[in-house]
Amino acid sequence: MNVLFQILFTISILTNGDVRVPNSGFQPGDKASDFDLKSVDGKNYSLASFKDAKGFIVVFTCNSCPFAVMYEDRIVELSKKYSKKGYQVIAINPNDPEVKPDDSYEKMKVRAKDKGFDFPYLFDESQTVYPSYGATKTPHVFLLDRNHIVKYIGAIDDNAEDASQVEEKYLENAIAALDKGKEPVPAVTKAIGCSIKVKSK
Amino acid sequence: MKYGLCFYFMKVFTAIISLVFILFASKVQTQVLREFDTYDTLSSSIFKNNDTTYVINFWATWCAPCVKELPYFEAFNKKYKEQKFKVVLVSLDFKRQIKSHLLPFITKNKIASEVVIMNDKKYDTWLPKVDASWSGSIPATYLIQGDKKLFAEREFANLEELEDFIFSFSKYK
Repeated sequence: MNVLFQILFTISILTNGDVRVPNSGFQPGDKASDFDLKSVDGKNYSLASFKDAKGFIVVFTCNSCPFAVMYEDRIVELSKKYSKKGYQVIAINPNDPEVKPDDSYEKMKVRAKDKGFDFPYLFDESQTVYPSYGATKTPHVFLLDRNHIVKYIGAIDDNAEDASQVEEKYLENAIAALDKGKEPVPAVTKAIGCSIKVKSK
Repeated sequence: MKYGLCFYFMKVFTAIISLVFILFASKVQTQVLREFDTYDTLSSSIFKNNDTTYVINFWATWCAPCVKELPYFEAFNKKYKEQKFKVVLVSLDFKRQIKSHLLPFITKNKIASEVVIMNDKKYDTWLPKVDASWSGSIPATYLIQGDKKLFAEREFANLEELEDFIFSFSKYK
């Protein structure tokens, strides 16, 4: 019976017009587009703002999603650890604050200050950057190399609820591979997160 | 002797009170939730290879859009449960919030569809078994009937939208 279901799960049978196109956005190997978004310090940042970066940890995150909140401290730690090695963390809030008032630009400023973000926390106010990347949820990480080529997409690690119980640090392993000039394995991971909040049409 | 008799009556009294309490408590108790540690055990326990269409909704109490669309799944369940449709609400709530959030939510909202708890936190292992396209955002819904399936990482705005989705997959006579 299990074998039967395994087979079924691997076969995609039907498509539906209402469903979000699953493979839109970037895949590993694609060149990521740049953006120009306002950060909590009032200045605009883009990938091009960091000419000397060896790579970029672009993380779509927000104030309100419990999964994003559980990863906040880990993102701060990652920035501390990897900024020294030349990797720039860039956090982007993709949510519409009219749907989630806790994700407003003003509340982003408060959160960044409270948590001591030492990296840009950008507001995708027009909601155009997250679809171009293919981000669907928070948190959703995209690791880019110095030439903005996407190397890894997915989760930071394999245990959102308890950092002390993490068995696989997907993102850090991917950075280590990138550092050695290798392709990260896995290049894509899946994890539960909060859907990105968009006004209903 | 008198004390002995008194003690005996007290014991009987306590037993009656306990019995009444147990009866009352069992009435309040809505449903015993099945818990699954792996997706394989969940699928083999829930899906039977017959003509029933299983309507599976992945949700959690912390997920606002999930909570918003839950009444449509409840309404669908109520309307079609006699018609070979089975709604199963798969909770992805955090383990530490099962007692504090999930159980009170089910009681408060009188959830009648079956709720099961998915404990497997190794998402990268089991999410692709549901559907290769699932990035992991919730709500997500999928339908399975015999060897057919349909997955959607989306929300439903009302019962009609949910009906359209389900009946595009499984005709209702």
